[in-house]
Amino acid sequence: MLPQVLFLYFAFAIVALSLAVITRKNPVHSVIFMLVLFFHIAALYLTLNAEFLAAIQIIVYAGAILVLFLFVVLMLNLKEEVTEHRYISLWAVGVLLSIAISAIFLMTLSSIPLGAKGVFSPDVIASETHTVALGKLLYTEFLYPFEIASVILLVAIVGAVVLAKKRLKS
Amino acid sequence: MVPLEWYIWLATAVFAIGVAGFLTRRNIIIMFMSIELMLNAVNISLISFSYYLQDLRGHILSFFVITVAAAEAAIGLAIIISLFRNKATVHADEMNEMKG
Amino acid sequence: MDHIVTDILEFIFLMWFAIFSAGTLDVLINIGIIILKIAAVVAVVMTHVAYATYFERKAIGHMQVRLGPMRVGPHGILQPIADFVKLFFKEDIIPAQADKPLFYIAPVIAVFAAMSSLAVIPFFNGFVIANLNIGLLFILAMSSIGAYGIIMAGWSSNSKYSFLGGLRSSAQVISYEIAMGLSLVGVVMMAGSLNLTDIVKAQQAYPLKMYIFPQFLGFFVFMVAAFAETNRTPFDLPEAESELVAGYFVEYSGMRFALFFAAEYIGMILMALLGAICYLGGWNGPFQIPYIPFAWLLVKVYCIVFLFYWVRATVPRYRYDQLMALGWKIMIPLTLLNIVITGVIKILT
Repeated sequence: MLPQVLFLYFAFAIVALSLAVITRKNPVHSVIFMLVLFFHIAALYLTLNAEFLAAIQIIVYAGAILVLFLFVVLMLNLKEEVTEHRYISLWAVGVLLSIAISAIFLMTLSSIPLGAKGVFSPDVIASETHTVALGKLLYTEFLYPFEIASVILLVAIVGAVVLAKKRLKS
Repeated sequence: MVPLEWYIWLATAVFAIGVAGFLTRRNIIIMFMSIELMLNAVNISLISFSYYLQDLRGHILSFFVITVAAAEAAIGLAIIISLFRNKATVHADEMNEMKG
Repeated sequence: MDHIVTDILEFIFLMWFAIFSAGTLDVLINIGIIILKIAAVVAVVMTHVAYATYFERKAIGHMQVRLGPMRVGPHGILQPIADFVKLFFKEDIIPAQADKPLFYIAPVIAVFAAMSSLAVIPFFNGFVIANLNIGLLFILAMSSIGAYGIIMAGWSSNSKYSFLGGLRSSAQVISYEIAMGLSLVGVVMMAGSLNLTDIVKAQQAYPLKMYIFPQFLGFFVFMVAAFAETNRTPFDLPEAESELVAGYFVEYSGMRFALFFAAEYIGMILMALLGAICYLGGWNGPFQIPYIPFAWLLVKVYCIVFLFYWVRATVPRYRYDQLMALGWKIMIPLTLLNIVITGVIKILT
């Protein structure tokens, strides 16, 4: 009974908060709603036995990415944003498209083939701790993707510095 | 135990909200946040599949999604800043020229 | 404000489950024990916060050949109580152009971020409110949430001084958080666990039951990052009183100001606890002290807190670009070097 109740609470909170994120006039309020949303998603991961990912969700998403958003919003200082139109004039088309996409997703739901179960049952993860299990898999089977991810991050660092730097007058 | 379908419904709903936000808002920062919403929806479905199939590969995949999201946010926000420097606006529908 | 409502609903759900499920009595006893533990930790830490302010003023006073507070009680021993009563009864002023919901909630976030980290701190063997497997990551996550309280206070006050202070402070906290996280990686590699209790137990095999000797580089970077994380001198640029008046909380008054003040001191005590647990061996000491299992932890925490006071009385403030250069160009490479050395030694032995 409790897992269902918890899931329903988290599901309704997540949907309501994501609606709040895309409808607020003031971008700062959107960011704050998104912060609360990330906390709820992290808690949802905890119910799915993914404690390391829950921590990463808070540290990386809430602690780094969202702070970056907040910095940019504050830097651009959009005072006039509050008084202007929030949506494009063809907003109905966008809403229809998103409803259509979700309808396609839900139609395929009944035909998802679930494969064979793996070896990481909740007991195995609990005895080994999630961090250790994830680390072992990451540094053996997924070593090359891991290295590629580090290169992607390097490219992002260099790209962000080059793009956001003030152009020197030549 | 919560059925797997519930998690997929939740992920679909969040993804749809992200799509709607991306397609309807004028503010390019909110559009970026909608992309983050979509990525989070994907993560929710990956982790729930991983839980039900008792396999950690979904967790690894969502780990990489978070990494790419961080890189994407850094680059995207840098582009927004340089756009704002040139145009003094963050509205996507006012950026309609190829030059400068 | 609706996430407060949802949090209350969550709490009601949990209580409802606790009362109506099977094994009701066990669950109720467990909840009771947890609540008692929380009450004990909060009471002890808040007392320490109150008297940390008093001893800071006394210690710095004597270092500068002054007496410090002397009026309230003998040698000013009741000064924190007088301060608290004064702040409690002051008017709660809100600037006219402030963003009210964010202005209200910012100090609460600051205190919440500082306090919730205390839940995973082991005070002595077996006494920890929540024995998480990812305790260290939890503390890092919560300290990154603390930046929101600061930046929201700075922005919502709608004042130049507080906005500049908030921007400076959050940039500083985020930069030094990387150095702090990387410096703790060395400890995690040696202990092989993110659980703080396991980290303390893993240190018993080392000289003086401490990690400080093999991890001296990590400890050095950790302490510097701890000073920056808590916005203490020599990195107190966010509140640089000579240029920014008081930084991000310049528009706050009364209880809300007191909350920010408390958050800063809780953060300081938390960093001292974390340093004592990760590098100085936690509750273990050279010999056992009977009947007081947390005695060594207290001694170590007091030493680190005194270091905070000592540095404040001695070292002048850094310039902002020097602060950032120190963080990114010296501290982070040092921690990376530390990780490489620790890894090589761990492979060789």
